[in-house]
Amino acid sequence: MAKFSYQHESILLLLLLILSATIGWFNPAFFGPGNLLSILKSCAIPGILALGTLLVLLSGNIDISFPAIAAASMYVTCKLALSAPWLDQMTLLVLLSATIGCLLGLANGVLVHCFNLPALIVTLGTGSLIRGGLLAFVGTRIVANLPSSMIAFSKATLFPIQDAGGQSTGLAISVVIYFVLALVTHLLLMRTMLGRGIYALGGAPESARRIGFPILGIQFFIYSFVGLLAGIAGILHASTVRNANPFDLAGLELTVIAAVVLGGTSITGGRGSVLGVMLGVALLVVLGNSLILLGLPSHWHQVASGLALILGTGLTAWRSRKGQSERGV
Amino acid sequence: MIQLDGISKRFGGVRALQNVSMQLRPGEVHCLAGENGSGKSTLIKVLSGVLRPDCGTITMGQQRVGHLTPIDSVRRGIQVIYQDFSLFPNLTVAENLALNSQLEHREWWVNRRRMWQTARQAMDRLGMTLPLDASVGELPVAQKQLVAIARALVQDARLIVLDEPTTALTHLEVDALFRILRKLRIRGVAILFVSHQLREMQRIGDRYTILRGGQVAASGPADQFDPGRITRTMTGRSITDERHASDHPATGQTLLEVTQLMSEALHGVSLRLHVGERLGLTGLLGSGQTALALALFGLQPVSSGQILWQGRPLSIRSVQDAIDARIAYVPEDRLTEGLFLDQSIERNIIAAHLQSVQGRLGLLAPRRVRRYAQHWRDALTLAAPDVSAPVRSLSGGNQQRVVLAKWLSRKPKLLILNGPTVGVDIGSKEGIHKKLQQLAAEGTSVLMISDDLAELARHTDRVLIMHRGRIVYELAGDNLSEQTINDHLSRLE
Repeated sequence: MAKFSYQHESILLLLLLILSATIGWFNPAFFGPGNLLSILKSCAIPGILALGTLLVLLSGNIDISFPAIAAASMYVTCKLALSAPWLDQMTLLVLLSATIGCLLGLANGVLVHCFNLPALIVTLGTGSLIRGGLLAFVGTRIVANLPSSMIAFSKATLFPIQDAGGQSTGLAISVVIYFVLALVTHLLLMRTMLGRGIYALGGAPESARRIGFPILGIQFFIYSFVGLLAGIAGILHASTVRNANPFDLAGLELTVIAAVVLGGTSITGGRGSVLGVMLGVALLVVLGNSLILLGLPSHWHQVASGLALILGTGLTAWRSRKGQSERGV
Repeated sequence: MIQLDGISKRFGGVRALQNVSMQLRPGEVHCLAGENGSGKSTLIKVLSGVLRPDCGTITMGQQRVGHLTPIDSVRRGIQVIYQDFSLFPNLTVAENLALNSQLEHREWWVNRRRMWQTARQAMDRLGMTLPLDASVGELPVAQKQLVAIARALVQDARLIVLDEPTTALTHLEVDALFRILRKLRIRGVAILFVSHQLREMQRIGDRYTILRGGQVAASGPADQFDPGRITRTMTGRSITDERHASDHPATGQTLLEVTQLMSEALHGVSLRLHVGERLGLTGLLGSGQTALALALFGLQPVSSGQILWQGRPLSIRSVQDAIDARIAYVPEDRLTEGLFLDQSIERNIIAAHLQSVQGRLGLLAPRRVRRYAQHWRDALTLAAPDVSAPVRSLSGGNQQRVVLAKWLSRKPKLLILNGPTVGVDIGSKEGIHKKLQQLAAEGTSVLMISDDLAELARHTDRVLIMHRGRIVYELAGDNLSEQTINDHLSRLE
């Protein structure tokens, strides 16, 4: 197993601490338990999506259709739950949304593999197809009266505490789900042959084929996994904002890919870690949070994600070039 | 034992292999030699199961098969180590060594302990110590190759095919590789060593098979072969080893005089080059040879020093300055620096000299381009019937000729060559050397940077040895031989 020099991760952690300290210096409210818990909650949905993106990028591919998949699985699930009351249980809803997402993801995988098309183009196409199909055939109206189990879920917290204002906050369950999924993804990547296969595929695709990794199976798995995570993220998102909006999550792919790349994942495949991705997500979320605390308008978030994307790729490229010249190549 | 009988393979009208038979015995290093295009790679692909022969049989132990599939080939213990090694740069040494066997056992979970055990055993068998947890991408080429060999052993290789294994290695690394190969030989592994480096084959080979034009030109135990016979068999003609002294020894007329040239990599270089002289330049890797060439061709700035060109001061600030003075440079890595691989031969040849093929209005005149390209093809005996074919389709030696044609067509006064025959087979090498000799006789001065001692000793008039950005030795006349160059080189630490 990799002797992982968590160098990049340490740098990210340091950055995160410096950033937090700076914000806390200007606005001590930042370190309040309420704000920290809310930051964790804001990490959950982009974080879950980022775990999927990590897998695709590791294998040397890309997927930009996951926000559309998330929106579609979430919206269809909510519609179904409203017409079939027996579905109204959070576990069932999450499973349903995950299944829909998984199937849509698999379709991506089939298209990419069978027609041997570039993944960027395929997922650009399917993303727009899914979003368009959703609006054309399922509906365009925002569902405001969500199934009751979703409302209950959004209110439920672990370890409730009273903050200074007397309001009750706690650890949102979506955060717990995020951490569990992160752990599962980490173990999958590091401890299973499937995970090693994903790294191998990203590092040297031809060699991976030659030594007998089931490339087809691995690719199908990756895209299904991305879809599955998107389905989960979608339903958690709807529950958090307490409505199901088919127009939601659009444009999130930029932020998520930026976070993954900022987390040290190589855009050409083969390098990256779950820990790095989680730190990348946290960094972007804290940055966004601080922009709000500083009172800057929200379009500055986009500027921040764009900068993070360029910085992240630039940093990895610079480091690999430096590494090469040090080895005298 | 693995035996090939009557293997033939055609590609369209080309007979890549004709009735090739050979025996690969356990504990024997079998050298497969041949010029570019003689069928070596096709034969390797037949062994690895990538290509299916048109006829012939392969016998392994008791079993006789018509052809192998890639999986068959691996199962039966044939491991080909390609020049790219097929390793995973982003995974650790241990993983690279053990992934195969874990895959074969159809395991779901990574068994870290067994992975390390497998890897350590593989290393022990070869008596190597590489850090098992290092990422392979960070290892130097030679160590990557060792990992690839160790991996082949993990998979119980009975035959290891090494495709041009020494091209990217230094002398010391070649020694280390040969020690490992001798160990494998003792362990009873059959080794097919594919190369065109005579000297290396002689050091390691127990048996030779020489291919020419897809047929076995000669085969037998090593003691039946001497360098002369190998060369003759490979090329179909005899190439003499004597020194090719200039017919016109340096006339005393100076073309180039460099005094105290300084730059980042040059620490005061002074030299004098005569008209029609072939000057060799060598030294340990990175001692400033290439930097000097780049400085003379305007590709690297110099901080101080003087260049006299035909007695007059010349400042070379850009490539255009060098070209205007009629200096030409054939770079070390012709593939990345010297050629447009996907463009046609003719376009590559005219690239440095567009004026001469311009028609009216400054447009290219296609017929003039064709004639011009054909003229240079014939002058350099370039083996290509069609000058509109892409350069990528040519063999290494012929590609090198295209680079030469490109620069020679400008009739340079000074031709700087960096490693002119690296990766070029013996026959093409001789062609290039002859051409250089002829050029020198016609008055072109040649500055040849090379690590090939034989080439320096036989095909230059004088050799300068560089060390740490300075010229430290000069060898000429009776003082110039492979032995003396080697002696002087080993005096540098």
